[in-house]
Amino acid sequence: MSDTILLSAIVFLPAVAALILVAVPGRQKELIKQISFATTVLVFLLTLVLLAQYFELRDPATGSWPTLAERAAAAREQDLPNDLVVRYPWISAFGVEYYLGVDGISLPLVVLTGFISMLAMLASWGIDKYVRGYCILFLLLVTGMMGTFVALDFFLFYVFWELMLLPMYFLIGIWGAPSRVEADGRVRGGPYAAIKFFIYTLVGSVLILVAILALYFHPAEPGAGPAYTFDIMRLHSIAQQAGVYSLGFQLLIFVLLYIGFAIKVPVFPFHTWLPDAHVEAPTPISMILAGILLKMGGYGFIRLAYPIAPEAAHYLAWFIAGIGVWNILYGALAAMAQTDFKKLVAYSSISHMGYVMLGFGVWTLMGDPDKWSMAMNGAMFQMIAHGISSPAMFFAVGVIYDRIHHRDLNRMGGLANIMPYYAGISAIIFFAGMGLPGLCGFIGEVFTVLGSWQFSRLLAVLAASGVILTAGYILWTLQRVFLGRPSPEMFGEGHHGDPNALPDLSVREWVIAVPMVIMAVVLGVYPDLVFRFMEPSVTQLIQDLTQTLAQAR
Amino acid sequence: MNLTEVFEVVRSDIGSSLRAFLPELALVATILVLLLVRLFQRQGTYVSRALALIGSIVALLLALEQYGAGLHREIFGGMLAVDGYTHFFRLFLLAFAVLMVWLTMLTNMPEPEDAADFFVLLLGATLGMILMSSSIHLLMLFMAVEMASLPSYGLAGFLKESRRAGEASLKYVVFGAGASGIMLYGMSLLAGRFGTAHLPTLAERIAQSVATEHGVVIEPILVAGVLLVLVGIAFKVSAVPFHFWCPDVFHGAAAEVAGFLSVASKGAALALLSRFVLTLAYPVLQAFGFAQVSLTQALALTLAVLAAVTATYGNLAAYAQTNLKRLLAYSTIAHAGYMLMPIAAAIGSSGRPNFATAVDVVLFYLVVYLFMNLGAFAVVALIRNAIGSEDLSHYGGLIHRNPLLTVAMAVFLLSLTGIPPLAGFVAKFRIFVVLYQTGFYWLLAVGLANTVFSLFYYVKVLRVMIIDEPVPETPAWQSNALAVAFHVLLIVANFALLIPGVWNGLQDITTGAVATLLLP
Repeated sequence: MSDTILLSAIVFLPAVAALILVAVPGRQKELIKQISFATTVLVFLLTLVLLAQYFELRDPATGSWPTLAERAAAAREQDLPNDLVVRYPWISAFGVEYYLGVDGISLPLVVLTGFISMLAMLASWGIDKYVRGYCILFLLLVTGMMGTFVALDFFLFYVFWELMLLPMYFLIGIWGAPSRVEADGRVRGGPYAAIKFFIYTLVGSVLILVAILALYFHPAEPGAGPAYTFDIMRLHSIAQQAGVYSLGFQLLIFVLLYIGFAIKVPVFPFHTWLPDAHVEAPTPISMILAGILLKMGGYGFIRLAYPIAPEAAHYLAWFIAGIGVWNILYGALAAMAQTDFKKLVAYSSISHMGYVMLGFGVWTLMGDPDKWSMAMNGAMFQMIAHGISSPAMFFAVGVIYDRIHHRDLNRMGGLANIMPYYAGISAIIFFAGMGLPGLCGFIGEVFTVLGSWQFSRLLAVLAASGVILTAGYILWTLQRVFLGRPSPEMFGEGHHGDPNALPDLSVREWVIAVPMVIMAVVLGVYPDLVFRFMEPSVTQLIQDLTQTLAQAR
Repeated sequence: MNLTEVFEVVRSDIGSSLRAFLPELALVATILVLLLVRLFQRQGTYVSRALALIGSIVALLLALEQYGAGLHREIFGGMLAVDGYTHFFRLFLLAFAVLMVWLTMLTNMPEPEDAADFFVLLLGATLGMILMSSSIHLLMLFMAVEMASLPSYGLAGFLKESRRAGEASLKYVVFGAGASGIMLYGMSLLAGRFGTAHLPTLAERIAQSVATEHGVVIEPILVAGVLLVLVGIAFKVSAVPFHFWCPDVFHGAAAEVAGFLSVASKGAALALLSRFVLTLAYPVLQAFGFAQVSLTQALALTLAVLAAVTATYGNLAAYAQTNLKRLLAYSTIAHAGYMLMPIAAAIGSSGRPNFATAVDVVLFYLVVYLFMNLGAFAVVALIRNAIGSEDLSHYGGLIHRNPLLTVAMAVFLLSLTGIPPLAGFVAKFRIFVVLYQTGFYWLLAVGLANTVFSLFYYVKVLRVMIIDEPVPETPAWQSNALAVAFHVLLIVANFALLIPGVWNGLQDITTGAVATLLLP
């Protein structure tokens, strides 16, 4: 299959399915869900085909891959059928291209997106309100996410990046919790959380847009005219020439992109939308948010901010790493203080994404560049691992919420006896999130912390101590939910029942949980599954960046 | 030139002038026929509407033919210019007139006994607006503004039973007359000081008077004249602080009329503004080799501040509105602000090749603005027909009763916000590009911040329509094929710019229109 069709299908198949759904009568709820699920399964299978094709690209003699930059440059001359880069002119007035491509950095995220979208769609079976609208928006969201990960034209990237906002707004606003007035008079609920998410992200997007314009008009060589390019690979190569982007310019670009992406990650102090959005969103949307949307921020750093403004990134290394560690500790402490199960998981996401920022940040020219490579690889792996463990955690919260209609940790308890399978599955999932060795969360954390040791022992120690806090809140949570006796107030207002008669996992819930549990274990014991194709690209990037910086000095 | 000479010039080219004036003549003929028909047939909407539709389509086709022929010259002895710029606005306004007539078909806007009057006013205003875009003579310019304004006053008060409409019309007249007076005064200062009312000649004489042997001399009378004319135009554009009429007029007038005024009237005023400002500034900039000229810099700064304040005020004031027409009125004020930004950048750009690009961007924006703003007002009109209210509180849960209208409204409002992949984003993106290129960073920051501000109130409307609980017992709107086609057309137009070739095509058209602007 030609790569043009493959990549385009992965991105646009969901959008086409959404268009088809417009024609399906809204009463046919089952049919609509089946079409949507089939689409997400197909997209996931296509991402696996993409992965297989990527392995075919490998040079059998050396075992190395041609870099994305090389393939992109070749595609500029001639579109090869199997180079996994798609390049066609699109808007010639601005030199915008329809330009997609994958490498070891984007590919794991693409596969993850396919995987989580599929499971989240399956988790959406319980949605009964306006099913057609839900599925249409969900599929558009998938298109936006896939497009963001594979776009190599900055303009196209921006279009996909923004395309996600609107479906997300409505998915949280309509299918999230209804609007309510809190005891202190504040209005909270889905619509509030949705607009908060929308505005935070739009502010970030606007800053990214400024960076796009600034890069577009910046000369490609000293003294030359404006570069007039949105080509991300070209911007990388311009940035690699010493003296083209001055440190001041790089700082401007980096700060703009930093804020834009940090809002998405989310990095303290731009994180406040996240607990709201997660708590109010329906379970499948929380899975998508935590599993994929947060990764877009991290992806933005590694694909755009770092390669385009390397000097600035190095200049601000302490700041980035320091805020990352603060994210770890702050998120963990905030999680510990929560009594709302879902909010706790939301803060744990903030904490875990801190490791990603720490891994990115610990760049020092003093010492061994392999250590930074290790940290960066760890950060990337942490993104994948968190992309599996956090949707699983949100799913676990959703399972119990569906049964008892509240999320107050103090009113649960004893579930291990009542729902033993649920308890077992949840334990694995939460331990994966905690970073227990043998599960996926461990690898990313240990790599980032080890990699950051040479940068700063203090930060490494603080980050490692975050593991203790994480263990603290996760174990305490498991204790409150599963151990002890069932709380007498087990059921939410207006709901009654016998706590001991709570049903265990349904078949559908098994089907959703088991793949995530399997992946958590597999990635924990065999991380090479991802590292094998991710590590060469990340290491290549580190080499390029280090070289660029060495030239600039 | 004495009177006989003028007469001789006019007589000698009257034939070719009239030929170049054919689209306008077609409109005039339609208006006359409409009035005649009214004498014989006192009732009935169909005949008048059909005539108006045919007349505007014929005029549109004639304009298209002339656009294809690529005629560029002054006609009627230097009263009007027929250049690419005129062709563009002719097509823009006539196509808009056709869409307006189509819209009235959907909303049954004029009562049967008033149908002829309504279409006469509509086409008359359109004619005036076309003249606004093509006049290059101060006197003609003033007459064109009046010709566009007077029918607009009538249209604003067209809902006869409504006190609000009467009030709107009266306010419009009073403010409009005041603005016209000020504008006329400014023109008389310019014409009196420089001895000509022909804009290109005037511009050359201004350039001469500015560049004296004692260096740059700027006469107070010149500043006063230009500023007073700008006040008049700012009123038509509804730029802050001359915007007071806009919310009241839009609130009182029918939604269709408000849609018409918001697009056509503003479009024509911006056409006039660009032509006036560019024609006057160009020779001055040229004479000084596009160096920093304090006069043009001051003019640019004035416009930039005006634009920034207008956009910000419009967006902030819109947030508090509960009446949809009023909310959209403030939104149109904000958009006028966005459209003023590149014009300011054009004059202030100190001669980088952006002089034409900046105006090109405004034309581009106007085309996009037509599709998004007309759409929004059309939805308001159709919902008013269905539920009898334009109040946001009655819009709750409309998606369940009127899914097409709600989805259409979502597309239009998000396009107005400037969210990709909708056309509004592309238009805004081009404005931001010009602002970045010309170094107006602070204005760029204002524009970007305004995008975020505007999200609040546009999404507020969508939230009420889509997320909130339905208002009980609101009747559903009965759709029909024509209405569906109308909305599908506008929705597709809002997505079309990202189809390969469309963006380039539109940009080529607008660039061509500006490139052939007859500058002295």
